[in-house]
Amino acid sequence: MVESNAAAARSNSTDGAADDSSREPLIRVCAMSKIYRVGVEVIHALRGLELTIGRNEMVAIMGSSGSGKSTLMNMLGCLDRPTTGAYFLNGRDVSRMGAKELAMVRNQEIGFVFQSFELLPRQTALENVELPLVYSHGAWRGRRARALAALDRVGLSSRVHHRPNQLSGGQKQRVAIARAILNKPSILLADEPTGNLDSATTAEILELFRQIHAEGQTVIIVTHEDEVAAHCHRVVRLRDGYVLSDLPIAQDIAARHRAPSPQAAQSAANDTNAGVAC
Amino acid sequence: MLNPLFWLQAISLAFSQIWANKSRAFLTALGIIVGVASTTAVIAALTGLKAKVLNEFESVGASKFFVFPDRPENAPRNMYPWEKILIKTNEVEAIRDECTLVKSITPITEVGLDVESGDKRIEGITIAGIWPEWHEVQNRFVQEGRPFSSMDVESERQVCLINADAIRELDLPANPVGEAILIGGRRFMIAGIVETTQARFFGMNTSSAEIFIPFSVAEKLQERNFFMRIEGLFKSPETALEGEDEVRFVMRRMRGIGPGEPETFRVAAIDKFIAQFKTLATGITAIAGGIVGISLLVGGIGIMNIMLVSVSERTREIGLRKAVGATPMAILLQFLLEAVTLCLVGGFIGIAFGRLAAYGLTQIPGAQLEQADIPLWAVAVSFLFSAATGVIFGMFPAIKASRLDPIEALRHE
Repeated sequence: MVESNAAAARSNSTDGAADDSSREPLIRVCAMSKIYRVGVEVIHALRGLELTIGRNEMVAIMGSSGSGKSTLMNMLGCLDRPTTGAYFLNGRDVSRMGAKELAMVRNQEIGFVFQSFELLPRQTALENVELPLVYSHGAWRGRRARALAALDRVGLSSRVHHRPNQLSGGQKQRVAIARAILNKPSILLADEPTGNLDSATTAEILELFRQIHAEGQTVIIVTHEDEVAAHCHRVVRLRDGYVLSDLPIAQDIAARHRAPSPQAAQSAANDTNAGVAC
Repeated sequence: MLNPLFWLQAISLAFSQIWANKSRAFLTALGIIVGVASTTAVIAALTGLKAKVLNEFESVGASKFFVFPDRPENAPRNMYPWEKILIKTNEVEAIRDECTLVKSITPITEVGLDVESGDKRIEGITIAGIWPEWHEVQNRFVQEGRPFSSMDVESERQVCLINADAIRELDLPANPVGEAILIGGRRFMIAGIVETTQARFFGMNTSSAEIFIPFSVAEKLQERNFFMRIEGLFKSPETALEGEDEVRFVMRRMRGIGPGEPETFRVAAIDKFIAQFKTLATGITAIAGGIVGISLLVGGIGIMNIMLVSVSERTREIGLRKAVGATPMAILLQFLLEAVTLCLVGGFIGIAFGRLAAYGLTQIPGAQLEQADIPLWAVAVSFLFSAATGVIFGMFPAIKASRLDPIEALRHE
């Protein structure tokens, strides 16, 4: 079961790239396990999970609660370290790094977008966007221009000096996205980015993700909504700490329509994706 | 390690936190405010008192000394009768002639007599018998007319010196030099006018009318065994201790006091009083320092409490900061800086209140604290102590914040 799940499709767009770093995929997760101990109870949040994601992919990670989706997101975002297994980000094993190194990796390589935006309430949009630079090395010069450019990118040039309570939900999420892309991270990691938004705003935000992806940004969206996943090119479904299915969006939709049972989708995944051993 | 933007935002954040929770911050810092305010006020009062007292001593002269008759402690009264221990004129002369460290010396004897001028009569004015050296010893000189000459002393001339208050009380003309007044029924010619002292020694010298006559004349007016004291000046305050030994040596020899026998006189140098007073003032300052230590401890516990509340309130913010790359050290420094800023603001307000209290002290009539002021070192120490309180009591909450798990923190409600 574990071996068969070691399937990860590489996006066609990145395979052809000539530089050395592209030979190693952006994300390579090998036999990742995470065990929590809550009192006497032992929880296996991830069980030997395998996953490879290439540059400039747009991936949705889906799964019901308890599937290990949040744990995987924390691992990919370098917020937590696996109990066993390895996580190579840009060819570097980040699974054995200390807290200080992980903080630097998060600062440079990861851009987070959260469901509840997580903006600092007393700071302006501009100051919120600048926040990652506070913890960057040598980011003193040109910080304002960078933050303004990021806000311009998300279409909020006119709300630069507004505070979060003066912004709508969609605008808040745009500020959060501007903050996430400021340091040009390797991964834009969004956790239920549209969970607190109405459907019209959801469409706007997803369109923004699509545009940012089109500009070369790798985007990973953790969600439980099929409509959100539909905007991605690849869907990874988790269950009980395993990858249940890992399909291009068209096949995922097809599998869902053919057989609502996830087991059926699983077999489809095994057929279509070449396994990449670690 | 951390870039300038970090420090800039950490400091501005610290102030905006205080501003956003003004009343809470004020109540929290109250311990520090009260501690710093009360201590700086006490130090201001002490400084004012010290300046005042030292000023008084200085006006008397730091190199001044006195010699009094003094019965040895626990000695039977009949062994040392009063007439035996009284200072004699020949003893004063011996000190003048033999003590090389004594610059000038005068005996002073006082006698209360009635004084008349024309129709005006004042009863019981204190008449002081002095040597001409008195002017130098007291640092009070003759404004008009002339001082006593050695001729006045030797020939026991009936001349006197008076001060401005005596002129006024006796209804004498503005410049009475050459006029005659009756002292104890005898006719004295006014030879000169003596300056009025500016500073009064602890307010004791309240009798304002003063009349001086040559010592030799005063001896005749006194009874047989009369009291006199010696006032003198050492050549410099530095040799005051040696000078004191010299005076005691001469006095012991004159009185035939053998080794081991108690002295029947006392030599007191102003210099010694100053040293004693300074020790006392330093002691009181140290006690004030102890009080501020305790109040800052109490204030610090308040700071720690509110910082723990702040960490708990801002758990999600800490989680976010960690997610965007804040290292544990950066979080620790941010919260530490916030605690220190809170304490420093408290210290600043405390000093402002202390300054106000010090001003209040200067306005109390008769409190002798006109010079009360917070010295610069006390301001510096207050800030230093406040900052140290912030560091010490902010450390635990800051460590707690820095150790938060970012995942847990972001999930925190």
